[in-house]
Amino acid sequence: MLEIKNLHASVNGKEILKGINLVINDGEVHAVMGTNGAGKSTLSNVIVGNPAYEVTEGEIIFNGKNILDMKPEERAQEGIFLSFQQPVEIPGVSMTNFMRAALNAKRKHQGLEPLPAGEFLKLMREKRKIVELDSKLANRSVNEGFSGGEKKRNEIFQMAMLEPTFSILDETDSGLDVDALRIVAEGFNKLRTPQTSAMVITTTSDCWTT
Amino acid sequence: MSAEQQYIELYQETKGMLCRHSAQPLNALREQAFEDFKQLGFPTRKVERYKYTDVAEAFAPNYGLNLNRIAIPVNPYEVFKCDVPNLSTSLYFVVNDQFYDKALPSAQLPEGVIVGSLKDAADTHPELVKKYYGTLARTSKDAINALNTMLCQDGLFVYVPKNVIVERPIQIVNVLRSDVDLMVNRRVLIVLEQGASVKMLFCDHAIDDRNFLTTQVIETYVGENAHLELYELEETHVKNTRFSNMYADQQTYSTAVLDNITLHNGMTRNRTDLTLSGEYAETTLNGLVIADKEQQVDNNTLIDHKAAHCQSNQLYKYVLDDKARCAFAGRVLVREGAQQTTSQETNANLLGSKEARIYTQPMLEIYADDVKCSHGSTVGQLGEQAMFYMRQRGIPYDEARMLLKFAFAADVLQTIKLDALHDRLNYLVDKRFRGELSKCEGCKMCK
Ligand SMILES: Nc1ncnc2c1ncn2[C@@H]1O[C@H](COP(=O)(O)OP(=O)(O)OP(=O)(O)O)[C@@H](O)[C@H]1O
Ligand SMILES: [Mg+2]
Repeated sequence: MLEIKNLHASVNGKEILKGINLVINDGEVHAVMGTNGAGKSTLSNVIVGNPAYEVTEGEIIFNGKNILDMKPEERAQEGIFLSFQQPVEIPGVSMTNFMRAALNAKRKHQGLEPLPAGEFLKLMREKRKIVELDSKLANRSVNEGFSGGEKKRNEIFQMAMLEPTFSILDETDSGLDVDALRIVAEGFNKLRTPQTSAMVITTTSDCWTT
Repeated sequence: MSAEQQYIELYQETKGMLCRHSAQPLNALREQAFEDFKQLGFPTRKVERYKYTDVAEAFAPNYGLNLNRIAIPVNPYEVFKCDVPNLSTSLYFVVNDQFYDKALPSAQLPEGVIVGSLKDAADTHPELVKKYYGTLARTSKDAINALNTMLCQDGLFVYVPKNVIVERPIQIVNVLRSDVDLMVNRRVLIVLEQGASVKMLFCDHAIDDRNFLTTQVIETYVGENAHLELYELEETHVKNTRFSNMYADQQTYSTAVLDNITLHNGMTRNRTDLTLSGEYAETTLNGLVIADKEQQVDNNTLIDHKAAHCQSNQLYKYVLDDKARCAFAGRVLVREGAQQTTSQETNANLLGSKEARIYTQPMLEIYADDVKCSHGSTVGQLGEQAMFYMRQRGIPYDEARMLLKFAFAADVLQTIKLDALHDRLNYLVDKRFRGELSKCEGCKMCK
């Protein structure tokens, strides 16, 4: 599924990743651990194509394609998803409009028509249940006024909506209380299939495996 | 020849014709307006309220005028088929500066309400027009007022008698229509007597691919305890130049909601002067500007708190891209004695490109000691983190930008109290950001 070869990357001219090699096969979940500032989020951002990070050397092959020349949205449409360590608040953009735009972009990429409004809302309701996300949150602006835990659950909710084949969870478990952690971990496990894989950046690796 | 000179000569040569095709109350102010115009000339950028617009340059080209009042062959009711869901308005048209009275809407206005040609009203109700005409838009103070008063022949008159409530919104579609480049001098007079109430929507369109230059002066009287909502929407094309001066005077316990939206244009200059003359009056003044390409919009406002216990709220938002060059200057003046004034002024701007420019100048001048006032402005770019977050979810770059711009504009649209108009504008603004509204194809409010 994913193969990283000799990856070097820098931020603001400072080299952070100095030759990473990694192979993740279909159905595998890899845990990544490391000290603060080790470069875990940098690796995540580079995989999803954040323009703030510069790849200076190496390759990332996803399902046989070199993705380094792809735009972030193209990588996402190909099935790569990042659960952000710090999800971004977007005032004025409703969760519903945001999700609709994301889902329909993916469908377009797959050659499908936009999902009819009724079906879309039904899907939203179904997927919300997976992470027990309050329906009120879905009517708000993206992440605006969400608690830390709600933001993390919202990331998994989006993952459920978009059904990526490869997911990166960047400390999705940190800062959660026991209940929230259970909900997030169970939600994630429900979404796993033999065809999907994940890279889980974590401080508490044991909760991700069932 | 200086830019002024051609208008001075025009007036001298056509004075007789101007007057013959207009009405006495309008003609009565012409000569003084002419003297004032000669005296003032076009304001240079040294004139405080014209800092951001080169007026002489805009008026320099030679446009045709229709002083002979030749009827323009157009039936706007056929050109604009109105099928806005739920927005049932009494729909009227003004073609250039002529009120279109051939086929009026069947909906009856309440008794005594007048919506019609200013010239006709000046003939049939001279005492009414004389009482108000030219008293707010002083020709000695502003060259655009002077020029408009000297050249205007017709326009719109709206009158709502005492305690009459007009339930159905009145929609005025101003259509610029011409086979040659054209200058239009349109005049609008709106009078709400004590306790009157009306909601109005003015839509400006240019249906021909010509250079248009419009001066417009709107004088609005909001009587004691009267309620006005006035939404102005410009949706013209890049060859359009607009100078619009709007004056409003509010009496005790009156309320006004004024929205000025520039959806698409060429060069626009809007001056808006509101005076709170009576105590406990409330005013809401909002603006939304969407500009790209090389569009220019200069909004210049004054809210003059003359009486105590009044409230004003002002929110102007600009979403600029490409090489748009825009300005906002808003002065709030709280005069001595205007105690217990509450006033808030906000100008927020979103720049989508490095070349887009906004000049922002909120001003607050207070001569009373017991007031609550605030003012401020912000200028920002599209948030990089938000952009990336959306793109990571698969939303293409252009669409992500559009969503952010739309989000930024949304809170001005939310102030629109007419639900159907609010929905319609959401739709239009969305289309505008998608680039599907780059030229005027008639009344989008109605299609
Ligand atoms: N946008 C950025 N600009 C400048 N420096 C950055 C940026 N992002 C990361 N860095 C730097 O790169 C290094 C690696 O940071 P990164 O966030 O990848 O670490 P991490 O392993 O995710 O740490 P944590 O466990 O705290 O999340 C740090 O020294 C950090 O300061
Ligand atoms: Mg990190």
